Amino acid sequence: MTQGSPVHEPYTEASQQHEANMLGMFIFLGTEIMLFGGLFAAIMVYRIEHREQLIEASKRLYLWIGTANTVILLTSSLLVALAVQASRAGSRRVGATLLVASACMGVGFLGLKGIEYAKEWQEGLLPLTGVRHAFSGPVQELFMGLYLAATGLHAVHLTIGIALMVGLSWRVGRGSLRLPQKALTVELCGLYWHLVDIIWIFLFPALYLVR
Amino acid sequence: MTERHIPETDVEKVSYLRAGHSLRSWLLTTDHKRIAILYLYAVTFFFFIGGAAAALVRIELLTPGGDFLTNEGYNRTFTLHGVIMVWFFLIPSIPNTFGNFLIPLMIGARDLAFPRLNLLSWYIYLLGGTLTLYVLVAGGVDTGWTFYTPLSSMFANGNVVAATVAIFIAGFSSILTGLNFIVTIHTLRAPGMTWGRLPLFVWSHYATSLILVLATPILAITLALIAAERLFGIGIFDPSLGGDPLLYQHLFWFYSHPAVYIMVLPALGVVSELVAAAARKPVFGYWFVAFSSIAIAIIGFLVWGHHMFVSGQSMYASAVFSFLSLAVAVPSGIKVYNWTATLYKGHISLDPPFLFAMSFIGLFVFGGLTGLILAMLAIDVHVHDTYFVVAHFHYIMVGGTVSAFFGALHFWWPKITGREYIMVWGRLTAIFIFLGFNLTFFPQYLLGYLGMPRRYHIYDPSFQVLHVMSSLGASLLGVAYVLPFTYLFYSLRYGKPSPPNPWGVTGLEWTTPSPPPKQNFDQIPVVTTGPYDYPVEMEDRR
Amino acid sequence: MARAQILQAILIWVLLLILLSLTVGASFLPLGRMNPVVSMGIALIKASLIFWFYMQLKKERGLVRLAALGAGAWLLILFLLVSSDVVTRGSF
Repeated sequence: MTQGSPVHEPYTEASQQHEANMLGMFIFLGTEIMLFGGLFAAIMVYRIEHREQLIEASKRLYLWIGTANTVILLTSSLLVALAVQASRAGSRRVGATLLVASACMGVGFLGLKGIEYAKEWQEGLLPLTGVRHAFSGPVQELFMGLYLAATGLHAVHLTIGIALMVGLSWRVGRGSLRLPQKALTVELCGLYWHLVDIIWIFLFPALYLVR
Repeated sequence: MTERHIPETDVEKVSYLRAGHSLRSWLLTTDHKRIAILYLYAVTFFFFIGGAAAALVRIELLTPGGDFLTNEGYNRTFTLHGVIMVWFFLIPSIPNTFGNFLIPLMIGARDLAFPRLNLLSWYIYLLGGTLTLYVLVAGGVDTGWTFYTPLSSMFANGNVVAATVAIFIAGFSSILTGLNFIVTIHTLRAPGMTWGRLPLFVWSHYATSLILVLATPILAITLALIAAERLFGIGIFDPSLGGDPLLYQHLFWFYSHPAVYIMVLPALGVVSELVAAAARKPVFGYWFVAFSSIAIAIIGFLVWGHHMFVSGQSMYASAVFSFLSLAVAVPSGIKVYNWTATLYKGHISLDPPFLFAMSFIGLFVFGGLTGLILAMLAIDVHVHDTYFVVAHFHYIMVGGTVSAFFGALHFWWPKITGREYIMVWGRLTAIFIFLGFNLTFFPQYLLGYLGMPRRYHIYDPSFQVLHVMSSLGASLLGVAYVLPFTYLFYSLRYGKPSPPNPWGVTGLEWTTPSPPPKQNFDQIPVVTTGPYDYPVEMEDRR
Repeated sequence: MARAQILQAILIWVLLLILLSLTVGASFLPLGRMNPVVSMGIALIKASLIFWFYMQLKKERGLVRLAALGAGAWLLILFLLVSSDVVTRGSF
């Protein structure tokens, strides 16, 4: 898979280096899963404790924006998966284009998310200090807090992912990241992108589809 | 023992210590051994800051009235003591210094899997530490190291946000170290270094790393939610919104109970090495000791609810947590029995590392047994939040981990620095630490059982005798902790150069020169024997 | 780029979109307390597809797979023991 990639200290073989990089990346992704896991635990507890009010609060979210954003992220994952294949095959142009395209999808996601936040701001549904509040009850404010914390943290991760993709496509396009020797770099960044997508796959039903 | 300065030896000239003299060569190093030294300086610094806070607490408690610190000042002092000691000393203490230094040497590797990540982890730690010092200068925090909501999120006046951010940052340092260790142990073992030939020190660090990686992110998100509530008003734990303060406690202890094992598992690994070295025998029941580390790491995740027996947690959940907490004692017990069996019929010499190991075992057993008492629901209701709890966890963390830290320092000092220290002083230190420790904390068991609550500085005058005893013991303990810095630093200049294997023990790290060269091994060794293949040929020992 | 691989990636994407419409559709059914089970179950299938095909876990060794699953298993511990308290609280 990584034929020809140079072996650095402290490794002696390419396969060893490949496994170390993959293992390291997956453990890192594991820590990201745990990070969001705390939020999911909170969502679970409040869903048990305030089931009826939580359903009402969830119905106030913009389901169509959430669904559209899910489609965008799923599509971006497809593009990233194709970019990884292209970089393994050594096709620089295709790889760079696909990476930029997925970054654009990420920007599109953030744009829609921004519109959604703006609408909620106007309706008084964002539980921030100094913002007009118009909650129907305390639990709605609690739920919107969870919503804001979880989607906000996800947006931060997505922003990092976009930066990674843009930087990567620039290096691939210029040829400073040689392909296919360094395809592993694209692959590792791709893993991060997929994970951010997977987190959204769980956040979407946990926030938007509470019925 | 001569008074003359011993100049640099030939071995030292080619060692990692002399591979570059500039400050830059230290601050930008990716050599795991140098990073270990950087960590050693940093954790020692925080140990003394935390120790100073402890000294203030003990001075305040000499008298029953609150006449040295204000109520608020006392709260801030013990919080600072807890925060610094837990996150900036105990958690990084053994893994980031000795683990960093020894794991590659023990498994026959040239470095950790991700050397630059290792350096980054040190800088992240320093960033978190600097922020903590800022909190200290800015006036401290008064929530206790546990940051319970809604106190921390709605009522506390201190620098809660800065403190949580500091710990959040330090957490990433832990995560990176844990990740690095796991990948290193999986991928960089020398040819022939099978899992059954790994030193037990490496096994226990593997278990520790699992906890670091799996638990720390939960702490990060929990503290981030507190900061979000204080900064932006996002009230996830706010009771007036229907938020659940017990949820905070669940999330906090999901990290913080396993964190206790982050602090003690490396110490258990150190003691396994020290005991085998002292007995000069293979460790009795190697696989049991190895897997008991893994078992502690796993079962340690299932017991956090015993911190919440009187918090309003469901009685049924409490019963389950109580049972599971009793179960975690089994692997700890296995270790103690196996160490004892290892010593049986051994050829023991009373070297300082052995004395520290013995001190560890005694204090660990005492702390562990009182842990069983606390795990029982009915008794915990009586002694919860009293000095009984304080004494219990200090027996494990200070009596256990700090003793093991000093044991490791005395055992591997010749390897790290290439010089031998004066043994008599090491023995004296071990004895002083043991006596001082017991004098400090044994009275606290009695205090707690009699009803002295923790975190109070104004107390019933009938408790004063025990409190004075405890403070006296703390002074002795303080002296004993400073003592090693005199004769260890003395050894750097005047100490006898150490042979590769001064103790005559097994382990790949002892096959390298003292101190080791930058590359650790000229050639990656091929391992053909088990980890404790005694007796060792003594010709190495001059 | 091999054609079969591209086709496979696109097929997975179509599957993911079908699953998405299923989960949105199911949220309008009166499932009651089964709602989270269904929606989280579908999310789990979607995540597995991405893990297995897009993240290429099918090509990696057992150890790397284990690392990917480990966090999930530990989250189960968290959810299980926290809910053991929340569900039975107040019923004494």
